[in-house]
Amino acid sequence: MIKAVMMMNTQGKPRLAKFYDFLPVEKQQELIRGVFSVLSSRPENVSNFLEIDSLFGPDSRLVYKHYATLYFVLVFDGSENELAMLDLIQVLVETLDKCFSNVCELDIVFNYSKMHTVLDEIVFGGQVLETRSDEVMKAVEEISK
Amino acid sequence: MEQLKTIGRELAMGSQGGFGQSKEFLDLVKSIGESRSKAEEDRIVLSEIDILKRKLLEPDVPKRKMKEYIIRLVYIEMLGHDASFGYIHAVKMTHDDNLLLKRTGYLAVTLFLDEDHDLIILIVNTIQKDLRSDNYLVVCAALNAVCRLINEETIPAVLPQVVDLLNHGKEAVRKKAIMALHRFHRKSPSSVSHLVSNFRRKLCDSDPGVMGATLCPLFDLISEDVASYKDLVSSFVGILKQVTERKLPKSYDYHQMPAPFIQIKLLKIMALLSSGDKSASEMMYMVLGDLFRKCDSSTNIGNAILYECIRCISCIIPSPKLLEDAAEAISKFLKSDSHNLKYMGIDGLGRLIKISSDIAEQHQLAVIDCLEDPDDTLKRKTFELLYKMTKSSNVEVIVDRMIDYMISINDNHYKTEIASRCVELAEQFAPSNQWFIQIMNKVFEHAGDLVNIKVAHNLMRLIAEGFGEDDDDADNKLRLSAVESYLQIISEPKLPSLFLQVISWVLGEYGTADGKYSASYISGKLCDVADAYSSDETVKGYAVTALMKIYAFEIASGRKVDVLPECQSLIEELLASHSTDLQQRAYELQALLALDARAVESILPLDASCEDIEVDKDLSFLNGYIQQAIESGAQPYVSERERSGGMFETTDYHSQDHHEVTSHALRFEAYELPKPSVPSQASTTALVPVPEPSYYSEPHQPISTSSSVSERESSEIKLRLDGVKQKWGRPSYQSSTSASSSTPPQAANGTSTHSDGGGVASSSSSKPRSSYESKKPEIDPEKQRLAASLFGGSSSSRSDRKSSSGGGHKPAKGTANKAATVPKENPIPVPDLLDFDEPTGTSDVAATDPFKELEGLMESSSQDGGGSTDVMGLYSTDASAPVKTTTSVDSLLSELSDSSRGTYHQSQTTKGPNSKEALEKDALIRQMGVNPTSQNPTLFKDLLG
Repeated sequence: MIKAVMMMNTQGKPRLAKFYDFLPVEKQQELIRGVFSVLSSRPENVSNFLEIDSLFGPDSRLVYKHYATLYFVLVFDGSENELAMLDLIQVLVETLDKCFSNVCELDIVFNYSKMHTVLDEIVFGGQVLETRSDEVMKAVEEISK
Repeated sequence: MEQLKTIGRELAMGSQGGFGQSKEFLDLVKSIGESRSKAEEDRIVLSEIDILKRKLLEPDVPKRKMKEYIIRLVYIEMLGHDASFGYIHAVKMTHDDNLLLKRTGYLAVTLFLDEDHDLIILIVNTIQKDLRSDNYLVVCAALNAVCRLINEETIPAVLPQVVDLLNHGKEAVRKKAIMALHRFHRKSPSSVSHLVSNFRRKLCDSDPGVMGATLCPLFDLISEDVASYKDLVSSFVGILKQVTERKLPKSYDYHQMPAPFIQIKLLKIMALLSSGDKSASEMMYMVLGDLFRKCDSSTNIGNAILYECIRCISCIIPSPKLLEDAAEAISKFLKSDSHNLKYMGIDGLGRLIKISSDIAEQHQLAVIDCLEDPDDTLKRKTFELLYKMTKSSNVEVIVDRMIDYMISINDNHYKTEIASRCVELAEQFAPSNQWFIQIMNKVFEHAGDLVNIKVAHNLMRLIAEGFGEDDDDADNKLRLSAVESYLQIISEPKLPSLFLQVISWVLGEYGTADGKYSASYISGKLCDVADAYSSDETVKGYAVTALMKIYAFEIASGRKVDVLPECQSLIEELLASHSTDLQQRAYELQALLALDARAVESILPLDASCEDIEVDKDLSFLNGYIQQAIESGAQPYVSERERSGGMFETTDYHSQDHHEVTSHALRFEAYELPKPSVPSQASTTALVPVPEPSYYSEPHQPISTSSSVSERESSEIKLRLDGVKQKWGRPSYQSSTSASSSTPPQAANGTSTHSDGGGVASSSSSKPRSSYESKKPEIDPEKQRLAASLFGGSSSSRSDRKSSSGGGHKPAKGTANKAATVPKENPIPVPDLLDFDEPTGTSDVAATDPFKELEGLMESSSQDGGGSTDVMGLYSTDASAPVKTTTSVDSLLSELSDSSRGTYHQSQTTKGPNSKEALEKDALIRQMGVNPTSQNPTLFKDLLG
């Protein structure tokens, strides 16, 4: 199960955060900060995986990808495949790129609700729902009609 | 950052509201982006909160504005500030008819509220209505909210609608309905256990996407209960085969792989189903072999599938050919330049090593490279592999490496883990005592404050008891080497407290035992410790007690004791200590110095730290005295319970009741009716079962022998299930059960305390009345020790290692043999379980009918399941969408500054201004306070329509 999806910029400012089990605001902030401090200390050209038991409890893994000014982060448990999760980030980014033609940090900040719409079509209740970005696009367009 | 700033400014000044948002929102984002410190950001957000508070209270806020305010609230909360003042507006927005507004409302609400929030009551009604909507987009929005906002108590309110949606015309809705049902299952398995067959049926849905979604709940269900899904193995294999043969529509391809996420899920499921099952495993050989041939190892997703195959092979009973394929895939991973693939390779190696241990040897060099890699993740994974590979032949190398790494890292969480692994390996494989002590010293020195205190106690016990064999000579050598190493280390600065405790204890116990070191030398060292760590009372306590032992051994052996001046001053200082513990120790030491040799020897005998001390809990040695007192006219002792309630019968379950009540401040269940005094033996079997239905709703056949008492009990349950006071009743009930090892309060009696260590105290104070009570004190400590020795260390499962010189987990001498001979016979839970099973039968409320119903469902579904292989064929006939090559986005994002801003136009649909009516109602709500209670049902009925 996916526990959280986060996007934050390289300054550590959260741009989008979604936790699939409810957490109080303070705890969310703590986790976001914790994840950022780990990510920012990672050197270049290393793997995209992290074992992050210390923040999210036992058997928690994290996959991240760094695009320009943004980190995309997925936190999940042992029932998911790390490489597949890395591709899920790819799916998300590809979809956003289609949505906003050349997605950038600002799009994410200013289109908060659309971001969530896209995300909700891909990940639903912590499970991967759809991985075809065309289908996601179609659904999002339906909604914003 | 600079880019963001300039663009933000341009936008804010140029195309006002270019993103469909107002200038204020842009300004807010911009100023937060520009803020230089957290304090500045906080200031900006706080002023924004003030603005929003004001604006939300204005009358006639247009809906479009309101939507923006709510988005701003969400934004504020994401930055970590409290936006609860606006929750009610988000709730209200979910009631709107406009889809976009409704979605915004739902979005905000799902982010703001947790499932137990009071405002949820106001939303459930809307959700119910929306689930029935004709517009499938509204239904989807509601399903989204269902996943997040519905808790155990509100599941029944939406369950029928969600189940109906499983047959909705749109596959998007069916998918989400399945996911929602899955979520219910995770939250409260009992509430949907009768609907589980739906998942099987949906596996044959005409849409592959829906089938794929069904795999998620099935994965969970199968991991809970493998046996009842064995019949699906052939269906899953069939589906996987068809997916790999590209029978699915082209649109399911991702990077030229056919439906990879479905393949991965299927492989995970089959790994579960075929684990240890030869015939099921054999069914998979073909398709797994195909996968190894077909997977494109040049793409990330292809490797993901390859890795999943390796994982699957490590779970099933593989053929030699498959093992070869897996080993080959692993070596490809390890040889790759990508750190991700190396990581997967190491992980795969760790899994396969369990099956064939020689695989790792081919990759020795690759593994060592990974160990040297700057990537921390990879390094840790490699250490995990080494940990799995450890044998007595390589333990020294591996543990040394681990300790070097442990010293180099700062992450306390991982440091703790790796320290405990070092200890575990050292305990199991230590080639010599010397080495073992050295390793333990290093671990304590560098991670002393992080290791579990048990490790320290284990070490002390080990030194005291030796390595098990009755070889006093070896034991003495071990002790001497420990003492020598500690005397070397002790003068180093800033040792961890736990380590000092161990050192003090060992020096006190064995410092002078060998005769090599004089008492004054050791006691001088101990005084230094107490002086150097004067702020640590525990260490000081250990040091003083160690001093006492040294002196005691001296006195006992008839030598004259010279108390060093610094020791004398230490004792005097401690006599006036603020810590009563230290004070007492100092006084004891002083008193001991004045005693003669014989007395001292019986107080502190040499090397007796591990001898069992027998404690007579019943204080039977006082019996004579009591008898005497009673004969001379004293009142016999009346226990507290007897004193407090004359109306309580003195049977077992009452005593347990009492225990329960005191441990929880409030009790929400009804008190049981007064019972005729039943002999306690009989009552246990009749009473235990009671509230079973609320955990497992699987119906059981009713038991014909239920007594009148149990019938009455079961009618009580029925009341509770009807949910009069569910909100309060259930949670407290659950917490109480978890505390007392799942024995419900009413059912509690002598048996439950068998597994409950806390019960000893209560029982020892009361006179043994029934057979249960009197048995208990004998069994309990034994069992606990047995359980601790069996399950205390994970090492017990790895039998091959145990054979070597280990022994760190040895329990106290007396029980060691017992633990070894009766490992299976862990008697603790047995009586409970037996009693438990019986009671379930008494739930004749729901017993017969649903069972038959379920049976019917299972039959039909399993037939469907068998046919699913054919159904899959249908997919290929579906219209195939053209393949679109996906563009890589990596470079696109970097063009941040160049991309033209003008393209960002968001259509913003708006509706007319807010109706006055709604505002009035809103004002009403606010007047009442934000948390409505059910006392005013008409008001909310009105509000919710």
